[in-house]
Amino acid sequence: MIEIRFHGRGGQGTVVASKILADALTREGKFIQAFPEFGVERRGAPVAAFARISDTKIWPRHKIYEPDHIVILDPTLIGAVPLLDGLKPGGWILVNTTKKPSQLGFPKEFKVATVDATHIALKYRLGSAASPIVNTAMVGAFARVIPVVKLETLLDAIEEGVPIKPKENRAAAEEAYNSVIMEG
Amino acid sequence: MKRMAIVGNHALSYGALLSRVQVIAAYPITPQTQVVELLSEMCADGTLKAEFVKVESEHSAMAAVMGASASGARAFTATSSQGLALMHEVLHWVTGARLPVVMGNINRAFGPPWSIWTEQTDSLSQRDTGWMQIYAQDNQEVLDSVILAYKVSEQVLLPTMVVLDAFFLSHTSEPVEIPDQEMVDEFLPPYENKYILNPDDPHAFGGLTNPEWYMELRYKIHKAHEEALQLIEKEGREFEKLFGRYYGLVDPYRVDDADTILVAVSTAASTARYAVDLLRERGKKVGLLRIRVFRPFPYERVKEILSGAKKVIVLDRNLSPGAGGIIASEVRGALANVKNHPPVFSYIMGLGGRDITTKNIMELFEEVEKMEEGKDIIWKGVKI
Repeated sequence: MIEIRFHGRGGQGTVVASKILADALTREGKFIQAFPEFGVERRGAPVAAFARISDTKIWPRHKIYEPDHIVILDPTLIGAVPLLDGLKPGGWILVNTTKKPSQLGFPKEFKVATVDATHIALKYRLGSAASPIVNTAMVGAFARVIPVVKLETLLDAIEEGVPIKPKENRAAAEEAYNSVIMEG
Repeated sequence: MKRMAIVGNHALSYGALLSRVQVIAAYPITPQTQVVELLSEMCADGTLKAEFVKVESEHSAMAAVMGASASGARAFTATSSQGLALMHEVLHWVTGARLPVVMGNINRAFGPPWSIWTEQTDSLSQRDTGWMQIYAQDNQEVLDSVILAYKVSEQVLLPTMVVLDAFFLSHTSEPVEIPDQEMVDEFLPPYENKYILNPDDPHAFGGLTNPEWYMELRYKIHKAHEEALQLIEKEGREFEKLFGRYYGLVDPYRVDDADTILVAVSTAASTARYAVDLLRERGKKVGLLRIRVFRPFPYERVKEILSGAKKVIVLDRNLSPGAGGIIASEVRGALANVKNHPPVFSYIMGLGGRDITTKNIMELFEEVEKMEEGKDIIWKGVKI
């Protein structure tokens, strides 16, 4: 079983990202639980979502305190929220940022991957210029860094699961998949 | 059959769709809203050929489905917490009128102070309304339980509440097998009742009943619950033949040689199953008894399974203030007439949606290992 925690801000599509992932893994016959941090979501406020992934039925049903990997959809959360809490040594930290992994200064016990999802979202006009929606780009990058699902399955799930601009979201995910930088 | 990732709320909606419900009346409340959002979309686009009645309160929602059911329609609603409390008066009426209404209830703590998070006090405090109550532990069970609920309800003429945890199921996406409509049709025939409201064949219903006969009607309600005990397991086996999944009154796990058995419901029981596996790996002889059906209460099954244990732990994510855990009270009642019954350790935890982790549940077993005498109430994790 792999446990993943997503960190974003209200309005970036963090919850939709975990739902798309759930759909994609379900299509491949795997088991997944994807759920948001249960609260009252506000635009711009820090939010979290969780996913458990397994080849067999998943029994634990509580929040994830010791994730195997974390995904950060908004680089401004770094330093503002205890993102690395409980992260297991050797786990991936996937960050939406213009920086390279080595420039982020995360502890050496973790592997770091970066992708400029904001740039990709803006390029495909996802969300607005002030508030780009980076979720589909981030799940695209996720599929490369944590290979639990085939890219093609994920792209189909995106195309059918997003509320608008299916082709653009698909292209954004594919571009992020191909442009993510991994170190570790 | 199609495998889809859906949230627990939508599992309720699909259960209603596949049961071909004819009337839905509901009022939105967090965390139930998605149930009726999807059902209203299904009604609007013609996927579900049902009358969707918009109402101004939960009391009216229950009154509307009561009327629909009385006229011979298969009726559905869903609510949560304060909404369920507002339905309370009509819940009694639906049972007395012997109407097989099925409703979803998303467990949510009562205010004040306001909470939107899970605990079972809302549904458990409807204990004496005469509704059957099923507690699901995953989204597949939510969907399947709606179909099973109509199958049993319509035979014994009692209403059923299908209950699920706020967020831990209601807002969690996970794979669910959506059964084919033809197979559900094979399992669940259309609802038929010869005693219905019909202007062409007028009858009086629910009129003033003298002390000479009221008690007999209550007796018949209780007898119908006893009949349901048998029927739930029988229909569970019929369901298994068609769909490959069995649901009974209780769901015992690794209890055969267990010294200590934990009793739990809903998602806490799902987590407990994982905890039991981890403790078994360490050589601890522990087991789990998940109570799936709370009304009718499966006293015989509970007695059979718990009598052989050395210790019984009950995890209650609910509170009857002044008494304690509501499930524990039933478990103690079930064991009262068993000679040399095991001591019961009653834990209250996870109120207002406070997380119940695998580690927390393992701690219960570890704590009880050091105790000999049973305890009527143990508060787990209270900070004051």
